[in-house]
Amino acid sequence: MVGHPGTRGTEGHSMTRRRTVVTAAILAGALGLTACGTNRDEAAGSGGGSSCDTSKGTLVIGMVAPLSGSLSALGLGMRNSTKLAVDQANQKCTVKGYKLDFQPEDDQATAQIAGQAATKLSSDPNVVGVVGTLNSSTAQTVAPILDAKKIVMVSPANTNPTLTLGQAATTAPARPFKTYFRVATTDLVQGPFGAQYLIQKAGKKNIAVINDGKTYGAGLAATFSAEATKLGAKVVAQEQVGEKDTDFSGVIAKIRPLNPDAVYYGGEYPVAGPLSAQLAGAGLNIPLMGGDGIVDKQFVALGGRVGDLATNVGAPADQLPSAATFISDYKAANFAEDFSAYGVLTYDAANVIINGLATAVGTGTFDDSKRQALIDAVQATKLDGASGSIAFDQYGDTTNKVLTVYGVKGDNFAPIETGTYKAS
Amino acid sequence: MLSTLLSQIVNGLVLGSLIGLIALGYTMVYGIVQLINFAHGEIFMVGAYGGLAMFTYLLPTALKNHWYFALPILLIVGAAVSVLVAVAMERLAYRPLRGAPRLAPLITALGVSVALQEAVRVFYPNATAAVPFPTIFVPGTLIIPIGDGIPIKYSAILLVVVALALAYALNTFVERSRMGRAMRATAQDPDVARLMGVDPDRVIVLTFVLGGALAGVGGILYGGLYNTINIDMGFQNGIFAFTAAVLGGIGNIRGAVVGGLAIGLVKALGGQYLPGGTAYDYVWIFVVLIVVLVFRPQGFFGETERVRA
Repeated sequence: MVGHPGTRGTEGHSMTRRRTVVTAAILAGALGLTACGTNRDEAAGSGGGSSCDTSKGTLVIGMVAPLSGSLSALGLGMRNSTKLAVDQANQKCTVKGYKLDFQPEDDQATAQIAGQAATKLSSDPNVVGVVGTLNSSTAQTVAPILDAKKIVMVSPANTNPTLTLGQAATTAPARPFKTYFRVATTDLVQGPFGAQYLIQKAGKKNIAVINDGKTYGAGLAATFSAEATKLGAKVVAQEQVGEKDTDFSGVIAKIRPLNPDAVYYGGEYPVAGPLSAQLAGAGLNIPLMGGDGIVDKQFVALGGRVGDLATNVGAPADQLPSAATFISDYKAANFAEDFSAYGVLTYDAANVIINGLATAVGTGTFDDSKRQALIDAVQATKLDGASGSIAFDQYGDTTNKVLTVYGVKGDNFAPIETGTYKAS
Repeated sequence: MLSTLLSQIVNGLVLGSLIGLIALGYTMVYGIVQLINFAHGEIFMVGAYGGLAMFTYLLPTALKNHWYFALPILLIVGAAVSVLVAVAMERLAYRPLRGAPRLAPLITALGVSVALQEAVRVFYPNATAAVPFPTIFVPGTLIIPIGDGIPIKYSAILLVVVALALAYALNTFVERSRMGRAMRATAQDPDVARLMGVDPDRVIVLTFVLGGALAGVGGILYGGLYNTINIDMGFQNGIFAFTAAVLGGIGNIRGAVVGGLAIGLVKALGGQYLPGGTAYDYVWIFVVLIVVLVFRPQGFFGETERVRA
């Protein structure tokens, strides 16, 4: 049916044109709806109940996290946890003379969109600090933008080592961003911690390693592989898949003849879940292990199997006495979404900024000259947070190296053992 | 290793059949109205979501576990939802632009694509993330005992069989039936076809109905095979299907299927044997496309486009 350029319908031109305009307008409207709209939350406690002095104005805590898209289960938990911290600070008058607003921005787990969000936040002189991001890849875009404006950034979830240690993280560490901090441990710790469990405790010998080629996944897979080889296991394959792939039959056919007894996946649950299901579908009934990026209920809903393993930073929330208050407060706030894998750490990240701000502002006023004082106050953080005690080393990394191994039981991950990482 | 080679060929044929099924919609619409309907991938996606909605909210639980009830219902509903959206799209977005320069409907198609994706994202519960899709066919895997074994999921066999059968049926319809003849006539010369009593609007709507139905069926089979669907699925597979249609010769039905199978095989075998491994398998698809277009710009089966005054 090969034809030629059509030359139909010359009659009724004005009619056609009018309809075209209407269609275009509707389309433009539909696009516009998704693209615009400020989402600054009016923090609770500003109206009734609170009697804080807010005469000096409003300061804004920003957030950059995936609020839509495939990782939104994690991002929405982060948003709610930060909102809780900000609301509590407003009720307790933590920052004297100021009301805190919370402004979450969606990055759709995409570096380019995260950059737009960071630029938007950094152009607002009232933004003092940003909680986020979730992904290491988005942090690589966001951190330099915020650093240039001396805005403090505290991530509850970035685990790629280069964000705090620079490109030569293992050989010649040098801190690239003075305003960047994180309360999550890095993949230099998490990958080896996973390898130690999988090889020494679970007794796996032939491991196929797959990653999604993103900053986080590739980095995690590399640190895992190095430690696994060191511990005497054989890494039988190193493969890469796309973060939007759904068909993994090619990779699986490739690793199947190598007889792996476990698969380690560096990446996140939208790929890891279906990958686990397709491994079983191809007759490879071996466990899949991953890092903190796969610890979510959705992993199981998308195909994760009983026996699959994962490491996560910190200790499980419900086993931490320090997190009990956070959990009950979160429940009382009636959020629509679960606080998810990063809720506890996000709550702490927000409180790091809020407490730093309280110290930096004191009884004075906040202006651009106070930004350095805020950075210094965050650097000197000594906080008993919901996840445990929080302090930062000279690079902005948390000094808390506690991790937990999780395994799938029923329809969710359940903690297996918590420990402090020791280099082998 | 033989079993690995055969496994990858099987993988390629499965993916290729799916891409071919979607490519038929691209190629038919292009053949009739010379429009590259970039929103066709989203028609495939809404079919999957429509079927899932019916399965989740309407289908009685007693029927859910019997594939011989659930599968036909899902396929019909998926196809129906896709057809409805495709016809509405033609009526509201493309028909008003019938006389406009070719660039206008092309840009409109991109707009429709984004609008449909965002509509599902906003209105379907939890569609911001990937959504689990039920196993609607016999679960499990057939392992052909050659070498290390060649695993084939039963749902993959279903996909290949249904896709090829539908492509054959479509080809027969276009070549044998009265309406098919009207389609071919309109594709060749719409003005002369109209003089002969063919109503072009009817033919165009029929084209969108057929393309939509195939895409909807494809969406359901895709969900049943991978057990997860997301709003991006239409974009990614749509790009492959468009490439398949061009590779096979856009406007040609057989070409779309052959192009789809070729792309599936290149992806599977390229990921296995070519440098870079699975990280670069998409690259080989487009390398093949470029090489084919250099030597045969009209694709495998396409005729050279005649430019007339």
